[in-house]
Amino acid sequence: MNESGDPMTAPTSAPVQPPQAQGLTLDVGSPNGNPRPDSADTVFEVRNLNVYYGDFRAVSDVSLDIKKREITAMIGPSGCGKSTVLRCFNRMNDLIETARVEGSVKFHGADLYDPAVDPVEVRRRIGMVFQKPNPFPKSIYDNVAFGPRIAGYKGNMDDLVEQSLRKAALWDEVRNRLKASAYGLSGGQQQRLCIARAIAVEPEVILMDEPASALDPIATGRIEDLMQEIKQEYTIIIVTHNMQQAARVSDKTAFFTTEVQSEQDDRRSGRLVELDWTENIFKNPSDPRTEDYVTGRFG
Amino acid sequence: MAAITPPFTDARDAAASLRRQGTDVKGQTFRWFLVGALSLALLTLLALVWDMWAEGSNVLLARPVQFLTSGLNTNVEMAGVWQGIKGSLMLGLIVAIVSFPIGIGAAVYLEEYAGNTRFARIVEINIRNLAGVPSIVYGLLGLAIFVQALGGVTGGRTVIAGGLTLAALVLPIVIITSQEALRAVPAGIREGALALGATRWESIRHHVMPAATPGILTGTVLSLARALGEAAPLLVVGAVTGVFFAGASGFFEQIYAGRFTALPMVIFNWARQPGPEWLQLTGAASLILVALIVVMNGFAIFLRNRYERKW
Repeated sequence: MNESGDPMTAPTSAPVQPPQAQGLTLDVGSPNGNPRPDSADTVFEVRNLNVYYGDFRAVSDVSLDIKKREITAMIGPSGCGKSTVLRCFNRMNDLIETARVEGSVKFHGADLYDPAVDPVEVRRRIGMVFQKPNPFPKSIYDNVAFGPRIAGYKGNMDDLVEQSLRKAALWDEVRNRLKASAYGLSGGQQQRLCIARAIAVEPEVILMDEPASALDPIATGRIEDLMQEIKQEYTIIIVTHNMQQAARVSDKTAFFTTEVQSEQDDRRSGRLVELDWTENIFKNPSDPRTEDYVTGRFG
Repeated sequence: MAAITPPFTDARDAAASLRRQGTDVKGQTFRWFLVGALSLALLTLLALVWDMWAEGSNVLLARPVQFLTSGLNTNVEMAGVWQGIKGSLMLGLIVAIVSFPIGIGAAVYLEEYAGNTRFARIVEINIRNLAGVPSIVYGLLGLAIFVQALGGVTGGRTVIAGGLTLAALVLPIVIITSQEALRAVPAGIREGALALGATRWESIRHHVMPAATPGILTGTVLSLARALGEAAPLLVVGAVTGVFFAGASGFFEQIYAGRFTALPMVIFNWARQPGPEWLQLTGAASLILVALIVVMNGFAIFLRNRYERKW
């Protein structure tokens, strides 16, 4: 980081002013000068996102675009703000009292942080799977049926539960014990149940916050296979610590790092280095910091 | 430099160095101290029960039904605890109706809605302090508010005023135990529900509350047991303290009939009377009260085991 970081920190150590930021963000949003795809394909448009916890700036000036039906992986060292950014997409940061979000996060052009926006509606369209499997202390069936029920689903619930569990590749393992407690499942099964639960409300986007970090390699493999299957229907954003996982599953990869904000303050803040096709990030990154990270020289 | 554990040179050396050397005096002393503490607690309890039994067994064995079903009487041969049981059950009912919804509601607000504001912190500290306020003080509060200020509603020195006073007494305990039960629900459950598009209310109603139910139930039943054992506040609020009490015969009429009594009051009254016969009655009534509370605690344990969930 040290030898290669020097040339890069020069432009970013000064606070980015809004007028300049416009130009800068467009570059970041279309790495390697790829033509910007049609905006209809853009699910999220993040511009100059800053997230604060109290007076600590956890994420600085992140701008990126997320495309429809792609798997976008967010990688980077601990504290680089990737989970924080992920939680901006469904306004889960609202639950942290001290969290404050600046900049804009647009979902199909609509500002998610507009005061008129109801976070509950946001979360119905943008589902989330957490790091630690967190099934409800209820039956497998009720875990899946809860979301549709509160959303006022009028159709056949049994069918929807089966469909969701099938999509999450869990149906065959649980079909005979739908009424049994979800806590009787293994960790990997619980995580797939959480994916089924998220799918059941038919969201457009599924956010995954290190969904396999608590699982063994076999369960991890299943989750990854599952992601490949459901990406036909959903836009997926996954935060992962595991670079191999990012390389295996994602179409695009966003690399985040931590940087000292200024001379006076040595607290580090997360920053997006680049977002590009996963192949480019791992084989031909345009930023030396990315190369250092993916080749294991730091982080 | 000498190693802390010198390396072995051969098998015999290894065997010798692994052998136990002397006894762990501090460890053993500590262990016996702990056993002593436990024994002391158990012995105290046993002595109390034995004492009550020694005094009260005569009465309970001689006229068990009559003792339970007859009222206070100046005749020591006729006196029974029925009015006390009736009063205690009525008090328990009022405490449950009043303090459980208010206490659980307050706990849900503090844990789920209030956030970490200065206001919430001040309220919380005050509740914890209130839990430590002596019960006689609650009696004075009950006298001032429920008997005098609200006399028109409660009818003065009635079982309602007594019940409300005890409800106020256990309210902080209900709030604190409920808060702890809510706090024990993993944050992941709330997040999971909210991430599915549940409102805060739906998340609490469908997931947080059911998950916290065993803990809340345990806390509420234990606080009820505490309320039933209290005598001091009832004294101040004006439970009947004579040995003769012509209370109403019906169960619910007592609300209108005015004066009431409760098991701890009955025990208190009898203990003040001269003569070994009254002492026997005191022992018998104490046993009934302890039995009532043991049953309630057992019920709390049953509820907890029944609804207990693991995560």
